[in-house]
Amino acid sequence: MTAVHEKSAGTRLDPVLRRQVWRQGLSVGVATGAYGISFGALAVAAGLNLWQTQALSALMFTGGSQFAFIGIVGGGGLGATPAAIAASSMLGIRNGLYALELTQLLGVTRLRRLAAAHVTIDESTAVAVSQGDVRAARLGFWVTGLSVFVLWNLMTLAGALVGNALGDPKQWGLDGAACAAFTALLWPRLKSRDAVGIAVLAAVIAIGLSPAVPAGVPVIAAAAAALLAWRAPRTAAGQARTEETQS
Amino acid sequence: MTMWVAVLVAAGVAFALKLAGYLVPAKVLQEPHVKRVTAALPIALLAALVATQTFTGPHGSLALDSRAAAVGVAVIALLLRAPFIVVVVLGALTAALLRLAGWA
Repeated sequence: MTAVHEKSAGTRLDPVLRRQVWRQGLSVGVATGAYGISFGALAVAAGLNLWQTQALSALMFTGGSQFAFIGIVGGGGLGATPAAIAASSMLGIRNGLYALELTQLLGVTRLRRLAAAHVTIDESTAVAVSQGDVRAARLGFWVTGLSVFVLWNLMTLAGALVGNALGDPKQWGLDGAACAAFTALLWPRLKSRDAVGIAVLAAVIAIGLSPAVPAGVPVIAAAAAALLAWRAPRTAAGQARTEETQS
Repeated sequence: MTMWVAVLVAAGVAFALKLAGYLVPAKVLQEPHVKRVTAALPIALLAALVATQTFTGPHGSLALDSRAAAVGVAVIALLLRAPFIVVVVLGALTAALLRLAGWA
């Protein structure tokens, strides 16, 4: 990744490569935007109104955090909002880590930096850092980030309207959809034995605490399971590095 | 706290975290222990969300119902490399059909 900005800054991007990056960014945008519909539907099922749902997609704009927020207020209502904020914020830390890696690559300042920060998410980062050329990386970041933003917001609106029209969310299995959504968000991260260990411990902590404390708190407490990662991975020293580049 | 305040505060924190990465010196977060723990945070939080959304009922009591079946179907779909939206729809279908069949 650091090798990217050594090369070819300032040169023109080959038209073939340019088209390729556009296509890649837009296809990620379409694929990611599509599941904004599930976010919209689940958010209104969790008790948010249409505008609150839309505000999360437009202003928070980071899928995992948005799902966490509605998951917790869906279970605990207004009383669970502090826990919902804490959980969505902890999930948002990774965007800050992406930004650390992107700041040199993108070379943005002022207003552009604010815009870049807003669209710094899993998908835009992944497309940017997978390019072998700094111009392609910048183009990939913006095309992906902006297309996800537009489609994610449009699909959120569609989902919220559908969700409002559905009536009883349980009858349509929307609670099952929420569980499936969290499973699908977690799945790609379970790449190592350590990751699985952390996930299992977190699940046990959360379920164990659930009967005793207010809704949302078990999820925050389970974040402590991440401390298992403090010590180095058991296998070769290279493992952490490999995992990082894969994620 | 009203829902609006919560939505705006959470969105503000999310943006601040993104922006911070562009503004702060990277030293603290580059420390290997801290880096590993922050990378592991989403795993712990998402696993906890799967667990509580699936296996708890009212007031945090343990529950085993159609949601667990929805997660089972989701895992099978993920093993078959189904896209996110397909996994979510299958989860909804599973829960809805089981409920229709009379299983909570």
